[in-house]
Amino acid sequence: MFRELYHTFIDFVRTFGALQLFFLRLLTNTPSILVRRFRLVVHQVYNAGALSLVIIMVCGFFVGGVLGLQGYSNLARFNAEDSVGAVAAMSLLKELGPVITALLFSGRAGTALASEIGLMKATDQLSAMEMMAISPLRRVLVPRFIGGVIAMPLLAAVFTAVGLFGAHVVGVSMLGIDAGAFWSQLQNIVDPADVYEGIIKSFVFGVAASLLAVWEGYNAIPTAEGVGRATTRTVVITAISILILDFMITAIAI
Amino acid sequence: MQQTRTVELGTGLFVLLGLAALFFLTTQTTGNQSFSDGDSYEVSARFENVGTLKVRAPVSMSGVTIGRVTAIEFDSASLEAKVTFIINQEFDQIPDDSDAAIQTSGMLGSQYIGLQAGGSDTSLQQGSEIEFTQSAIVLENLISKYLFNSSGDDEDE
Amino acid sequence: MNDATDNLIEIRDLDYARGHRQIFKDLNITIQRGQVTAIMGPSGTGKTTLLSLITRQLWPDRGTIIVDGVNIADLSQKELYQFRRRFGMLFQNGALLTDYSVFENVAFPLREHTKLPNRLIRHIVLTKLHAVGLRGAADMMPAELSGGMSRRVALARAMVMDPYILIYDEPFVGLDPISMGVIVRLVRQMNDALGISSIIVSHDVQEVSTVADCSYLISDGRVAASGSPDELSNTSSDLVRQFMHGMADGPVAFHYSAPDYTEQLLGRDTE
Repeated sequence: MFRELYHTFIDFVRTFGALQLFFLRLLTNTPSILVRRFRLVVHQVYNAGALSLVIIMVCGFFVGGVLGLQGYSNLARFNAEDSVGAVAAMSLLKELGPVITALLFSGRAGTALASEIGLMKATDQLSAMEMMAISPLRRVLVPRFIGGVIAMPLLAAVFTAVGLFGAHVVGVSMLGIDAGAFWSQLQNIVDPADVYEGIIKSFVFGVAASLLAVWEGYNAIPTAEGVGRATTRTVVITAISILILDFMITAIAI
Repeated sequence: MQQTRTVELGTGLFVLLGLAALFFLTTQTTGNQSFSDGDSYEVSARFENVGTLKVRAPVSMSGVTIGRVTAIEFDSASLEAKVTFIINQEFDQIPDDSDAAIQTSGMLGSQYIGLQAGGSDTSLQQGSEIEFTQSAIVLENLISKYLFNSSGDDEDE
Repeated sequence: MNDATDNLIEIRDLDYARGHRQIFKDLNITIQRGQVTAIMGPSGTGKTTLLSLITRQLWPDRGTIIVDGVNIADLSQKELYQFRRRFGMLFQNGALLTDYSVFENVAFPLREHTKLPNRLIRHIVLTKLHAVGLRGAADMMPAELSGGMSRRVALARAMVMDPYILIYDEPFVGLDPISMGVIVRLVRQMNDALGISSIIVSHDVQEVSTVADCSYLISDGRVAASGSPDELSNTSSDLVRQFMHGMADGPVAFHYSAPDYTEQLLGRDTE
């Protein structure tokens, strides 16, 4: 039994190492692709970002609204309802914005990336490209990776901003908090450091989510079942990685 | 090629929206804490106890924020805490015998430095030190003082 | 001109194993310039693997592969890409890029490798599409094409950079008789009209025999027989005969290995 555990552990380490090497290859090709094949990157930013806007904005609004409601009921005990905005802002900026956006991103854009690449592998499109002396890494993988990395922080910003708006709508229009108090309390408590922490987190999550999605797709078993499995694994592994990274970054920041 | 145009338009809009959201977050949520070192001057003060005062805490006078704390150190010579803070250059007429107290904002609030004007003709300048300070009120000390005082009263009777 | 340069591809003493399976052992194949060479064999003998070895997508464990006088193991990454441009490859299911139209698919290598102006690209693409009879389908998407049509488009794409060698990986699989006839005609026509060489990997003995100049039959990781299609069908080897004539039983047994039939029916083998 221990032998199996040992083997699983060794496999995990090997896969992790392969992932890092893959990451390195993507990174070394990023500058040249960004400069020379900008069109491809634009297309991928659209796929990963613009097409995810709807889900991000809707979810952001309602998460902000919920924060408003929850915050209100708890703060009302201390007669500190005016701080609802501050509470919502801190939660969104530092944690919920980056994390929820990353999870949603992995579900919508990550799966699309993994399945797209996996399908291209299964139908020999990647091999065909190699045969035509075109590097699939540069033509297919790197643009998608860059697209995800650019899209994620922007999506997180939109999520947080819309979330604040949602909290505002709930707090001011539904619960009767004074709009001025809402914003002034918010501005008093929020530090630029908090905003930067959120931005850094969303950037790191973007790298992780895009890397994992592209990796899973590229390594999918080239059958219908294999692609499906790769898509599922993308979501699971991305979710786990993001929450672990979140913990690590938060621990460093505090 | 029409599809490319839609894609590029969509991407452009998306990126602009994202940047607008970022801009909104960085400017609208953080408010009035933008004192750069250029247009402010540095002042220091010593306290017996700084409580939970933190770097970047505001410095205010008559309730208006005029600066912020930049450093909190322990002076091993005088065994006191030395707090350095910067004041916005436009407030250059603060008397140099003003009082600096560490106060708490609200019930759950964080601590800040409140300046009370003195009567001197000379003003605080770069590098001045405030002589008159009031340490932070530590809640536990206050409670124990109250407890011991009232129990002392009981014993006398 | 010495004989050596008539050999376009020389595969010598090739060994290749994947995991525990020895796929090739001491494989020797010579592919002549200007001919259509067929590589046949039962399913699973690794015919597609052989193609990957020739294009150096895989590395052999032992042996050499010489293409047009150059040992491919000596090529640098850059030279390798130049080298691969001289091959045109037709994959089993066409492998067209699903997001691009037929025209864009055929134009893909040109756009990636050359800086030709659009006008010129259009000329070339339409010419190649015309050669395979699909000039009218230029604006269709791959999803709209039938199997035979996808393969013809893939052939046009394989030819667009004017390769020296065309490789067909199972081109006849899953086609109706008419489409098959079309592909067969195109293979022969392209080879002769353009003065190139062709390699067909297939297990469809009938169709291949009508087209190939020379065939290799691979079994158990080595060459079981080689020669022209006529020579092969008149062979004395049992294995080759079973394959060429599609016989159900022979050296490749009908029955998968199992315990004795009587014993199993009477339940004696479980005692």
